[in-house]
Amino acid sequence: MEQAQKRRKARGFGRIVAKIREVNRRYAEPRIHMSRGVKIALLLLRVYLIFLVLVLAYKFITSFKP
Amino acid sequence: MRLLPSIYYRYRRIRKNLAILASIIGPGIIVMVADNDAGGITTYSVTGATFLYSFIWIELLLGPVAYVCQEMTVRLGAITKRGHAEAIFDAFGPFWGWFSLTDLTLTDVLTIVTEFIGMTAAMKIFGISPLLTSIAVILLIMAMVVQGRYWTWEKIVLVFCVVNLIYVPAAFLVNPPWTSVLRNGVVPGFPFGLNGTVFFFLMANIGTTIAPWMIFFQQSSIVDKELKERDIKWERLDTAVGAVFTVLVAIFLIIIVATVLPGSNIQDAAQASIQILGINKYVGAVMAIGLFDAGLLGAVCISLTSSWAFGEIFGWAHSLNVKVTQAPWFFIFRLVILSVAAGIVLIPGAPLVAITLFVQVIAVTLLPAALTFLLLLLNQEEVVGKYKNSLAQNIVAIAIIVAIITLSTLFAISTLFPNLIR
Repeated sequence: MEQAQKRRKARGFGRIVAKIREVNRRYAEPRIHMSRGVKIALLLLRVYLIFLVLVLAYKFITSFKP
Repeated sequence: MRLLPSIYYRYRRIRKNLAILASIIGPGIIVMVADNDAGGITTYSVTGATFLYSFIWIELLLGPVAYVCQEMTVRLGAITKRGHAEAIFDAFGPFWGWFSLTDLTLTDVLTIVTEFIGMTAAMKIFGISPLLTSIAVILLIMAMVVQGRYWTWEKIVLVFCVVNLIYVPAAFLVNPPWTSVLRNGVVPGFPFGLNGTVFFFLMANIGTTIAPWMIFFQQSSIVDKELKERDIKWERLDTAVGAVFTVLVAIFLIIIVATVLPGSNIQDAAQASIQILGINKYVGAVMAIGLFDAGLLGAVCISLTSSWAFGEIFGWAHSLNVKVTQAPWFFIFRLVILSVAAGIVLIPGAPLVAITLFVQVIAVTLLPAALTFLLLLLNQEEVVGKYKNSLAQNIVAIAIIVAIITLSTLFAISTLFPNLIR
């Protein structure tokens, strides 16, 4: 009984993973023309997000500092 | 002799155009009015109480700002027939796609929590318990889509949008000093100086102008409504009317609170409603109804945004034009989002203030990405064809997007570190 439940859960989880893989395959090739402007914009976006993550991490660390 | 046929022809043409407009109008008004959600109503109430009429000119400027951003989603949605989530996956690949989708869902759930905070607080004023309010709201939102027609859903939501305009007549009930409103409100300036607190409120007001969910919502609703290239001009008008409505609500709410509670130290819109209730029971009741309606509109639209986005990516049936049994995951996902948000609000001692502040921070992780992707896609001729941004459109859009990103980021940072700016 327990094993059957575990198997069903694993199958459900497997289905989600398979779906995510299918989505990744479907959109694997970005269709946008990667001009210099697009590359710079995406780079700036990455830098911005890293900056935000660092700010959040700093806040988290300083909030829990004794 | 030709006068009569000419008048008749003009009449027929106007009638036809009005009929087209009536059938297309919806997504623009809904997204713009829903932008004045429970959080927005609180921002305007506190702004009015703190700085009286002096922020009105800023609200007037924010209408066109919101229009410029949302107009781009109109073109993208009508031409590509794809929601924003799908457009991001397709154009930028899985990394940016998953980032946008997960961030959107997290932001949406947390924002819906703030909508439930507003709705339950508003209904508490009328003696209705938070549990009853939450259950009734979820049932109402789900009942609106049972019929399986986008048109029905849209017309009901448009009624909620009209209710949101309740602040306009209510402002006349408090007899504001109109000459003072015009002198201090319409003429640009900072009579309170330009200190840290003013700058914080400036950021808060600009921060409420564009939220990430708005971009995803309008594009998906245009796709769901099956609007086409020829409908773009009407949808632009719809969005412009919505921008006027959103500015009207903001301005008249500021006028009410600035007139009735000048200089009072209120923390949120519910508190403002209670205080106004003690002075003018009708206006106080209107304030509470308006807050509830704003939260409801927010919950209706934001829960739909994530459901549409997930449906687009996972390939579920994701339309309001189908019955619940034909798109079970679309509706279950929406129900789960609403239930989780309502559940969080109902947990005794839940850190609701922290969640309200955290929403601002999480939203700025997605907003720059969503706006940047929008701008990049609107510059791809192979994506939008002749509807590509012109040079003038790009200059205006880039200036607005840079300003929004900068001010929203500063607002989020000042939320995390309150002593930094104020």
